[in-house]
Amino acid sequence: MSEANNYILTMEGISKSFPGVQALENVDFTLKRGEVHCLVGENGAGKSTLIKVLTGVNQPEVGKIILDSREIHTRSPQHAQELGISTVYQEINLCTNLTVAENVLIGREPHKFGRIDWANMNEEAAEILKRLLDVDIDVTKPLSTYTVAIQQMVAIARALDITSAKILILDEPTSSLDANETQQLFNVMRKLREDGVGIIFITHFISQVYEISDRITVLRNGKLVGTFETASLPRVELIAKMIGRSLTDLDEMASIKLESSKHIKTDALLKAKGFGRVNSIKPFDLELHAGEVVGLAGLLGSGRTETAGILFGTEKPDSGSIEINGETVTDHTPLGAIKRGIALCPEDRKAEGIVDDLTVRENIVLAMQANRGWFNHLSMQEQYEIADKFIEMLSIATPSPDQPVKNLSGGNQQKVILARWLATNPQVLILDEPTRGIDVGTKAEIQKLVLELADEGKACVFISSELEEVLRTSHRIAVLREREKVAEFSGEVDEHTIMHTIAGSEQ
Amino acid sequence: MRQSQKTSISWRTITDSRLFLPLVVLFLILLFDFIFIPGFFRIENRDGNLYGSVIDILRNGSTVSLLAIGMTLVIATAGVDLSVGAVMAISASVAGILMNPSALRNEVFFVTDPYYTFQPLWVVILVPLIVATICGLWNGALVAYMRIQPMVATLILMSAGRGIAQLITNGLRVQITYRPFAYIGQGWVILPFSLYIVAFVLLITWLLTRKTAIGMFIESVGINSRSSFFSGISERKIKMLAYTFCGFCAGIAGLVVCSNVKTSDSNTIGLYNELDAILAVVIGGTSMSGGRFSLLASVVGALVMQAVTQSMYAIGVPAFALTAIKAVVVIIVILLFSEQVRGVIRGLGKRQKEV
Repeated sequence: MSEANNYILTMEGISKSFPGVQALENVDFTLKRGEVHCLVGENGAGKSTLIKVLTGVNQPEVGKIILDSREIHTRSPQHAQELGISTVYQEINLCTNLTVAENVLIGREPHKFGRIDWANMNEEAAEILKRLLDVDIDVTKPLSTYTVAIQQMVAIARALDITSAKILILDEPTSSLDANETQQLFNVMRKLREDGVGIIFITHFISQVYEISDRITVLRNGKLVGTFETASLPRVELIAKMIGRSLTDLDEMASIKLESSKHIKTDALLKAKGFGRVNSIKPFDLELHAGEVVGLAGLLGSGRTETAGILFGTEKPDSGSIEINGETVTDHTPLGAIKRGIALCPEDRKAEGIVDDLTVRENIVLAMQANRGWFNHLSMQEQYEIADKFIEMLSIATPSPDQPVKNLSGGNQQKVILARWLATNPQVLILDEPTRGIDVGTKAEIQKLVLELADEGKACVFISSELEEVLRTSHRIAVLREREKVAEFSGEVDEHTIMHTIAGSEQ
Repeated sequence: MRQSQKTSISWRTITDSRLFLPLVVLFLILLFDFIFIPGFFRIENRDGNLYGSVIDILRNGSTVSLLAIGMTLVIATAGVDLSVGAVMAISASVAGILMNPSALRNEVFFVTDPYYTFQPLWVVILVPLIVATICGLWNGALVAYMRIQPMVATLILMSAGRGIAQLITNGLRVQITYRPFAYIGQGWVILPFSLYIVAFVLLITWLLTRKTAIGMFIESVGINSRSSFFSGISERKIKMLAYTFCGFCAGIAGLVVCSNVKTSDSNTIGLYNELDAILAVVIGGTSMSGGRFSLLASVVGALVMQAVTQSMYAIGVPAFALTAIKAVVVIIVILLFSEQVRGVIRGLGKRQKEV
């Protein structure tokens, strides 16, 4: 291959595991001089681990990294920087109260007679910004007076100028930028590409991938799906590769689903009209019926979790209204939602779900007790009865109900959270990524359980980044894209239609 | 049917109990006293009332015990209350002025009649407790609703509280001569009266937290307030309750102290007691980052602090060196709490079984 020395970076057979998770498994990655290479994948796909291995935050167990035809072992981010690998993170770590010039040259200020030579410094900073990024701004003003996009660029300039960077890593730099600012950033990226810098660009916005990148590498569950030329990969195929499709036997689920769809009530249990919140989710209409599973499909950051939060009351709406059993809701709080029979299994199990030092029993009765209030106390015996009932019903693997929940595996913790909400006997059950980080067997169990609960007359909202799973469990599917509900499908839908809708491309 | 309900007492369940370590430390200190201080455990019976060094530990430890009970709840919500010492001073000042308002007229007035009081006893007790509870409410509002960090929020009242107390007493020390009030801190019913107060507050608090859902909610909020919010627990109200109750406990402690020293001196009452209370809770095994708590263990923690003080006095350590000695004890106890050392203790149990 004569192209071989065209590659500025080659990563071969990288593997990395953390306790209980294989974060990366035999992943290859290449980067050419002067290209923008997008790294895409859903949460937990291994994007950030790959970057951390490259920048020396984590050391790989297996595999080698070749930079400029020399094998390297990055020990720390500083070391990676010295080797010419610069990173700009999602959150800007600059001092916004200092001037632009100070931020660009911090720690490397030019000195004269033992003091900082301000005039020289301002001149130098302005020159760096102009030369590297073609940005012309007043460098003597505090950084905070500029937009996030400019701040982002100052961060890039700083990262590039410390060493003559060969590789620039941009980790979701556009997540807090508006359309205009994003364009500004892209212009800078195009200029750097012309200068021969290899850029690794991480983003969740598919439209941006197609606008800026030359090649795309897709990761899923720590494995490499493949590297593709952007021009020859249709959007829909990219989505399919990100989400993944495994061929499992769908027969049993399909029959349960068909059976349960007969019991869907026609009257709406929950009716949301123009319900939304600025910067969170655009106003949407949604109806939930008893006995029905409604799936929310969309990529990460498309507003799935926000929709769940606003329905439950962890986020306050600023437009529209919501009716439950014909009554308009006025207090948007979790406790109010519980009282009205709504339950939410949150996406982030560790931060928003379990209370890790409390026992399995206490975790299970928590929401039920919150509903009963401070003084209407469940007796120990009642608590054990409830805990035992759900431990058996959901087959939670725990030595005893008195085990601290932190000692359980992820799947069993998820079941404990599910038990907490089932104990409140909800009419509406919202499940946000209930199967994330759970082994395949438990996944199928939970999917089946959702359909069974619907069959008992509950309305379920099922959110998952795995489209296959949403399709398998839902009677109706709402599709979200870039914080907006864009479509709703009921009856038989094929995967392609939904993927096209998620991608926002024509069929 | 269920294994968990069978309480089999093993070495593991004993060492894992929150009470284990503070009790061991208390035992070691008393053992030291038994060996080195002759007559430390002697108890005299005067007219049916009991006196002695051990009784003194209990009596002198009652102030910090009361503070520790309230502090335990606050620390369990992952907070801290630095203002309890100052709240004690406020409570004492209010009580003082209600019995002897001469300070308000800017004169020092020596009361000769031991039954003279400006207001009846129930007002003298109730009003300071209400004022102290309001102080707690203020702290709670700052922490729960204004979202100020607990240390900063309570620092405000810690520094302002003594000034407020001075304003109440017009900057003077108020002599307390009313005999029925003196009974609170000095009375004796077989055991010192203040011990009954501690026992009563401990019992009420235990019932309030363990016989309702409040204890579990406090722990839940302290461990993970976001998960608690998602589960429908009103995390703000729980914090509010903890700080308010802590202020109430500080109010009682203030009454006990001023009754004992017969003076409302806003400069000295409760000085540095907040630190003793925090240490007592830490010795009692409640983590400063919140979560699981044991009220009884905190009270034992308070007694550990008092036992050290008493023993050091008894063997003739001068008062100015006392804080250094206390610090050593605290360091040892906290080291004992580290997971590493606990692992070693558990290991001891295993080895014994093998033999």
